[in-house]
Amino acid sequence: MTKNPKQIGSKQPSHPLDDLIRTDRIPHIWCPGCGIGTVFSSCLTAIKATEIPYNEFTMVSGIGCSARGAGYIKLDSFHTTHGRAIPFASGIKMAKPDLNVIVFSGDGDLFAIGGNHFIHAARRNMDITVICVNNLNYGMTGGQVAATTPSRAKTTTTPFGNPDSPFNLPLLAYASGASYVARWTILHVRDLTNAINEAIRKKGFSFIEVLAPCPINYGRRNKEKSLDTMKLYQEKTIIKNGADPGRADIDFERGVILGTFVDTDRSTCDDMYEVTCRQCSED
Amino acid sequence: MKSAVQTGSHYITGDVACAEGAIAAGCRFFGAYPITPATEIAEHMAERLPDVGGTFIQMEDEIAAIASILGASWTGTKTMTATSGPGFSLMMENLGLGVCTETPCVIVNVQRTGPSTGLPTQTGQGDMMQARWGSHGDYELIAIAPSSPQDCFYHTILAFNLSEKYRVPVLVMADEIVGHMSEKVIIPDAKEIQLIERPKPKGRKDRFKLYEPGPNGVAPMPAIGDGYNVHVTGLTHDERGYPAMTVEAQEEMMTRIKGKIRDNLDDIVHTEEYMMDDADIVIVSYGISVRTGLTAVDEARKLGYKAGLLRLITVWPFPEQMIHDIAARVKGLITVEINLGQVHYEVERCAKGQASTHLVGSAGGKIIHPDKVVSLIKEVFQP
Repeated sequence: MTKNPKQIGSKQPSHPLDDLIRTDRIPHIWCPGCGIGTVFSSCLTAIKATEIPYNEFTMVSGIGCSARGAGYIKLDSFHTTHGRAIPFASGIKMAKPDLNVIVFSGDGDLFAIGGNHFIHAARRNMDITVICVNNLNYGMTGGQVAATTPSRAKTTTTPFGNPDSPFNLPLLAYASGASYVARWTILHVRDLTNAINEAIRKKGFSFIEVLAPCPINYGRRNKEKSLDTMKLYQEKTIIKNGADPGRADIDFERGVILGTFVDTDRSTCDDMYEVTCRQCSED
Repeated sequence: MKSAVQTGSHYITGDVACAEGAIAAGCRFFGAYPITPATEIAEHMAERLPDVGGTFIQMEDEIAAIASILGASWTGTKTMTATSGPGFSLMMENLGLGVCTETPCVIVNVQRTGPSTGLPTQTGQGDMMQARWGSHGDYELIAIAPSSPQDCFYHTILAFNLSEKYRVPVLVMADEIVGHMSEKVIIPDAKEIQLIERPKPKGRKDRFKLYEPGPNGVAPMPAIGDGYNVHVTGLTHDERGYPAMTVEAQEEMMTRIKGKIRDNLDDIVHTEEYMMDDADIVIVSYGISVRTGLTAVDEARKLGYKAGLLRLITVWPFPEQMIHDIAARVKGLITVEINLGQVHYEVERCAKGQASTHLVGSAGGKIIHPDKVVSLIKEVFQP
């Protein structure tokens, strides 16, 4: 950068996503090298690309670094309690099925404290889009072990290495009944943006896992700089649409599978309620 | 579609009357998890809501149940859940989210005994302090206690009206006896039921502030999709709804959240009196225990005592001034409740030593016999 940014208050050049950003809330809280911003801008780009009116969208998040996304998007947006974004979003969807409901949150929020809600929303085929930024640890609280932390990895609460095994999230989503399951990394921005666009337009429970570095809290303790993580994303990933989710565990030694694992059609929760409950109650 | 208001005379349980009251009040979304003795509310809502264009969903737990009704409320829908002690405990964190984000909704607690799984599922009134203080932090909310199935109908409507008017979660603190017993319930014509709807914003959308108070201290509330692009957070927030991590913002937010209730006590606090004109011994009670108190007043009167009863329909916010004023002119206040002393201590606090204060309580499981109250009166007071 050759010039300093103009002083606050002067006219800033506009960004193509400014109409979807609460610019009065910038700067954001995310650390240098964090991957959440990339996922967030992919999400906004995808929303824009659907050409669906903005007031037909809403974003819901739980608690954590990724969950702050709901505070920066210029839509009706909800920053709820830890782990509870999905049931909050389910209430919105079932009360007003025309809305496109996006849950934007992290791995700790969605899969540890909120894990039960995830599997039940997938089972019901709740017509929402769940985007999980997976940075392998609890970033906001300073880097504790998560349900996604690789075995043996160091975190502040696993100082000798993680004795537990992580979830295979695409497998969990598939087994629970999701209609659309994909995984990308923040290096694969175009694929990710297209996947979010597909997921929004998909009728049914859509889940996208996005691998993202957390250099400050996870990378630092595991001798992995942000660029190292990006190299892993480039060199140790295999794009394979339609792969068996059973083989989607995250093992950078063997190679991590990216792509669309599931893209299937099944009646959604709100459609089934209409057919099963409303139409029958009129008999 | 069937009629939302089932006008007529019915012989139904308190749980069913509560569900019918909710539907008559305009409730069109109900999310819950089964728990005795509140399950019948869910069962009745599951059957009735599709009839009136509403939605019922049985969630995976009580945390999800309350989260779902908060979310649904922001679509402009009136929402409710129903539970009992263990489920009520699970709802506490999101009850705070409802208070903090000023989200209208109704939560019914058909109380049973505790702690823990307790004595399933016999009656109790042991969740009254949890209703007031169970979620972390300072806050104000509204809690109403029905004493009969007929009350369950009207008080659920009252709960919705207060919730919409003040943008606050309202608790209907019933109990197992009120929920499960059947009595005559009169449901009036729809036109005789007064309904209040949440204030909606008017004017320029770009100047709208989500928590800018209206004349009664309550901010208008848009629905998702209205085009206001609201941000709703459980973080301390400013009038725009944006997170604001300062002590000043916290002070301002708390002043508004508490103020809108404290400044409207005359409208929110409902009580009823029985034989109070000349009373110098006053029984204070709420919910099913009011029925113990009414019989006790009659029995005490027969023995020559000037007994009366103050019934708290609204338990929270507590009628502090009223208790204080009564204490100034009577000999004693006796609180009757199916717990080992919860509202009793509030009565004691507000009496400020002007009258003696007594508790007739129990560890729970059954209604308190009026003889227990009369015995205390005979032991402590002279006719």
